[in-house]
Amino acid sequence: MKLSVDGLLVYFPYEYIYPEQYAYMLELKRSLDAKGHCLLEMPSGTGKTATLLSLIVAYMVEHPETVRKLIYCSRTVPEIEKVIAELQNLMVYYERNCPNPPPLTGLVLSSRKNMCIHPEVSKEREGKAVDGKCYGLTASYIRERHEMDAETPICQYFEGFSMEGKESTLPVGVYSIDDLKEYGRARNWCPYFLARYAIAHAHIVVYSYHYLLDPKIAQVVSKEMSRESCVVFDEAHNIDNVCIDSMSVKINRRTVERSTNALNQLTKLVQDIREEDTNRLNEEYQRMVQGLKDASVQRDTDMILANPVLPNDVLTEVVPGNIRNADHFLSFLRRFIEYIKTRLRVHHVVQESPAGFLKDISTKICIERKPLRFCAERLSSLLRTLEISDLTEYGALTLITHFATLVSTYTKGFTIIIEPFDDKTPTVSNPILHFSCLDSSIAMAPVFSRFQTVVITSGTLSPMDMYPKILDFDPVVMSSFTMTLARPCLLPMIVSKGNDQVTISSKFETREDTAVIRNYGQLLVEVAKTVPDGIVCFFTSYLYLESVVASWYDQGIVDTLLRYKLLFIETQDNAETSYALMNYVKACDCGRGAVLLAVARGKVSEGVDFDHHYGRAVLMFGIPYVYTQSRILKARLDYLRDQFQIRENDFLTFDAMRHAAQCVGRALRGKTDYGIMIFADKRFSRHDKRSRLPKWIQEHLVDSFCNLSTEEAVQLARRWLRRMAQPFTREDQLGISLLTLAQLENMEQEKLERQAQGKQGVGGEVQEL
Amino acid sequence: MTTSSEDVLLQMGEVRYKKGDGTLYVMNERVAWMAEHRDTVTVSHRYADIKTQKISPEGKPKVQLQVVLHDGNTSTFHFVNRQGQAAMLADRDKVKELLQQLLPNFKRKVDKDLEDKNRILVENPNLLQLYKDLVITKVLTSDEFWATHAKDHALKKMGKSQEIGVSGAFLADIKPQTDGCNGLKYNLTSDVIHCIFKTYPAVKRKHFENVPAKMPEAEFWTKFFQSHYFHRDRLTAGTKDIFTECGKIDDQALKAAVQQGAGDPLLDLKKFEDVPLEEGFGSVAGDRNVVNSGNIVHQNMIKRFNQHSIMVLKTCANVTSAPSNMTNGTNNANGPVSQSAYTNGMNGKGQATATATKSSADQVDKDEPQSKKQRLMEKIHYEDLGDPLLEGNDDTANGEKAKSKQFELSKVERYLNGPVQNSMYDNHNDPMSLEEVQYKLVRNSESWLNRNVQRTFICSKAAVNALGELSPGGSMMRGFQEQSAGQLVPNDFQRELRHLYLSLSELLKHFWSCFPPTSEELEAKLQRMHETLQRFKMAKLVPFENRAMHELSPLRSSLTQHMNQLLRTANSKFATWKERKLRNTR
Repeated sequence: MKLSVDGLLVYFPYEYIYPEQYAYMLELKRSLDAKGHCLLEMPSGTGKTATLLSLIVAYMVEHPETVRKLIYCSRTVPEIEKVIAELQNLMVYYERNCPNPPPLTGLVLSSRKNMCIHPEVSKEREGKAVDGKCYGLTASYIRERHEMDAETPICQYFEGFSMEGKESTLPVGVYSIDDLKEYGRARNWCPYFLARYAIAHAHIVVYSYHYLLDPKIAQVVSKEMSRESCVVFDEAHNIDNVCIDSMSVKINRRTVERSTNALNQLTKLVQDIREEDTNRLNEEYQRMVQGLKDASVQRDTDMILANPVLPNDVLTEVVPGNIRNADHFLSFLRRFIEYIKTRLRVHHVVQESPAGFLKDISTKICIERKPLRFCAERLSSLLRTLEISDLTEYGALTLITHFATLVSTYTKGFTIIIEPFDDKTPTVSNPILHFSCLDSSIAMAPVFSRFQTVVITSGTLSPMDMYPKILDFDPVVMSSFTMTLARPCLLPMIVSKGNDQVTISSKFETREDTAVIRNYGQLLVEVAKTVPDGIVCFFTSYLYLESVVASWYDQGIVDTLLRYKLLFIETQDNAETSYALMNYVKACDCGRGAVLLAVARGKVSEGVDFDHHYGRAVLMFGIPYVYTQSRILKARLDYLRDQFQIRENDFLTFDAMRHAAQCVGRALRGKTDYGIMIFADKRFSRHDKRSRLPKWIQEHLVDSFCNLSTEEAVQLARRWLRRMAQPFTREDQLGISLLTLAQLENMEQEKLERQAQGKQGVGGEVQEL
Repeated sequence: MTTSSEDVLLQMGEVRYKKGDGTLYVMNERVAWMAEHRDTVTVSHRYADIKTQKISPEGKPKVQLQVVLHDGNTSTFHFVNRQGQAAMLADRDKVKELLQQLLPNFKRKVDKDLEDKNRILVENPNLLQLYKDLVITKVLTSDEFWATHAKDHALKKMGKSQEIGVSGAFLADIKPQTDGCNGLKYNLTSDVIHCIFKTYPAVKRKHFENVPAKMPEAEFWTKFFQSHYFHRDRLTAGTKDIFTECGKIDDQALKAAVQQGAGDPLLDLKKFEDVPLEEGFGSVAGDRNVVNSGNIVHQNMIKRFNQHSIMVLKTCANVTSAPSNMTNGTNNANGPVSQSAYTNGMNGKGQATATATKSSADQVDKDEPQSKKQRLMEKIHYEDLGDPLLEGNDDTANGEKAKSKQFELSKVERYLNGPVQNSMYDNHNDPMSLEEVQYKLVRNSESWLNRNVQRTFICSKAAVNALGELSPGGSMMRGFQEQSAGQLVPNDFQRELRHLYLSLSELLKHFWSCFPPTSEELEAKLQRMHETLQRFKMAKLVPFENRAMHELSPLRSSLTQHMNQLLRTANSKFATWKERKLRNTR
């Protein structure tokens, strides 16, 4: 349908529209108009992606000067592919219905692992191996060598691309990964580099968070994006963790050992080269003296060696004199590694600030801050000069230099923690040096300042006031939408006690209590008896899952459970879990029904949808608090308290509840879907927890559902399931949760918005939050 | 009862049966006993009739061997070797061992044959009726009936019908009971054993290898219950356990399957992460990175649970998925081969197969993105928002793609050329001359014209008549008003008619399936079927018609009109074929 959103003509590729989609568009348009950032929460399964795409594309068509580019970031590869598929739908719709369809190009960028078409390289399964092999075939000096000696293998696709492809532009259209591969195969061009080049010109780019947030990659890939871009972070409930992850470093004894080995090898190489060809080293030295950045730095194929710090923190000065010479630099590194080695030889936990660390390093081994900052860059230059094609050996050494650069660049928002042993095994010495980023806003800041509109959206962002604080930005629009429903297709319940009235809770004191575990088991068995098809259970941690399953086995609960449904369990091995998952799906498909035990914060909880019969009920056993004894977490909490005035408890609860919401939200992926959500922990019924659930869940969580026993919950579920199993047609929804164009136009805009935000009064609740 | 044609595998003298001395013969298909100085066999049991053999316990003075028949009768042979107890035992054991080898071969045959047929007939009332109509009336012989018409039932239905599923908790259902003196007793039923075998093929193999050669049945199961298989929390026990190997086999199978990866891109966790963090980066809460700190026993158990569920699931997946895969596979291979063979003519088989394999490999390559795309489309599809409004080519193309995935062709040519096999058949066997083709075409087109003329120009009188018949009160409208044909025809007639239809269509099915008769066999079958049809007409249809004429005058022949037409078509087809064949041979 073609609809007008506040005067903007939007092509929406469906016949009907949800009210909240329309409201979402309104809010989105407001923030685009204001050229500011926004934070929007809309339940999963209400067509967020389609809404976002159609509005922003319409905006780009209407105001090509204001928004030139859409950068859509999502988390997992399947998500990315879904976005591209929706975009393709939209564009086909434009073609068919728009008098002059806009010449927009959209494409996806993914890692080499997913895009490579080289017959041998693409066989590799590990992303790193693909990168390494690709580098070995396409690095600038390899190609130079090939010119001298045709025997040196190179990649025909890259050659083909660099010969003819660089100048050309992609024909207008939307390209998924497979389309790009096809296109590349047809022309003998490398799809990866084709995409890398094309994103500079394309109007819509879809890729993973890391391309924008991880400085090591962002610098190379997303350097030339114009300010007039709209950046969307979809599924952004975990965005702070992504930011932090990309800037935290962990060094253990093995890293040190490996880097020492690598260093020895480098020393040998340098000596060899000196004997046969001193020129190369001299040239490099000269370049550094003159402060010239390596010309080859610009060569895109050498991207693996990027700087770990954010672009605006990279120094533009000359490499300091004491590390310009290769030998000097290597001995410099050796000293640094030795220093780290001594630091790892601790017997108690040490926590210090980067400043303290730098001071210590300068007093102990006389290394200044400045040369440290150049470490990463200097090493990459050296590796290039030595023409090393297999970088995997030097991974540990690169990590050490990255650490050096990071620790000397950032003094605020980071901490260094050295733990001599793992907390669980205090007798085994396993020292680890954590260089941990505490402030997620550091990585986000350049994104917010660089781009005019950043949209942060997800199905579960509640409580929303937390995100502006921890990401340190000022949204112009902050809104949470609920799901308008023609029938109550979700049934959230808080089960706080078992049939024997024993309180169930996963809090530390009682989690190993057999009564609690038995009650959890009975709850699951009862649910398995009542609910058809698939059931998913989430545990708070993998360890807890293991011990509970073991007790269930001893108590015979597993056997009872198997009588009703098959049992699949997430393991720590991804491949194994995938296989179990596949079988779970198969079991649901063939009508046998299955139970999947998974872990909150695990891969399953964040990437797999359990729509329709794949998840008719989700059970959340306990509140998924993060492991609170972790020192890194404590440091972060302290930092949050000092810097942002966020209380520890608030943050912990926020973090736990967003994961809980994320888990239970997996079951509901649309308005025709239905699912039971059981929160099995007494603590969920407390106000501070309950109120932090997303609004669309809270709305259905009435007071009478908040303190149920197993039996009561099962009774409710039984009754509710009977209702849900009735046929549900489009006509039932029309006018309430689904609108035709005519209905949309008739309804007043304000009323719609109010309905979509799930409140009857005037707006203002948003500020209240 | 001739024994001459059979090989005597073992001849054992000095065996007493019912107090008479004689010789025991162990033959190919039966065991027989002949009294001394006689020519005729007194006792003869076919192996198929024998249920089990029993032997007298060690230490008893009498050394005996008893065969128990299915009907409950027994025959006891007493070994009376003069050389003493040891020799008697040796004799007995020889016979016993030989029987032990022979009996299992016949065990499976026992259920078959008559009993089987009887059951099939009982289970399928339609078939029973068919049998009554066709065999009892001598339209078909019994053998013919079973060989052709009931073949599907006998083979396929047997395998498929009501395969008993495996309960997920079958192991748990074997509840151990204390036997009173600090031991455990497990109750095994044949169902449970069946479940175990189905779920764990490795155990079945072990059972096959070990029982009864190395250990008796009971010991085997005891061991099973002691093994880690049954106790999932147990780590793999020592090497003595015969099931250790099973565990390993299963583990390997699982590993291989895991390696192969999930077929669904949306479920493959390994491929989720686009750009993994560099090694050493990322340490937010430390929680995720704590690996392998857990209890190995627990982890193993979890693995076992997964494995168990996967295995159980496999038992029901095998039934459905295997055949479809098979046909798919043969299709892939078949299509290109036959085509290239025809087009290339003499080009040799090697190339043909090469293209076949290549194209099927391509197929696999191309299939993947397509199925992935389909999955993605499914995922982003919102039922209630309606289909994305992309009417036109794209959608249908998509739909077709989706369908073509499930489309299974057992004969590609048939699909390509439609059900009329004439031209195809001609191409194969008798390349017609150009004139012939032309002539045929002309004749055909004439008939088209005729038909058109007939249809468009009905003479006005007939039209008025028809209109009258169709108006209220007309003869055709009688049924419409209150009596349908169903009410006019008495019940027994209806039933009989239904049976007739059933029989006829069954016969016709086989008749038509002979076309094109490409081989001698098919031709013979065609001939036979034709005759059968004629017989059917005479034996069943004509009497029925007569009766109908007699009792239901208003309806007269209209009841059997269609059947007659069917028969006529078949006849004419047969006639043309015959004619052409004659011409060809000339």
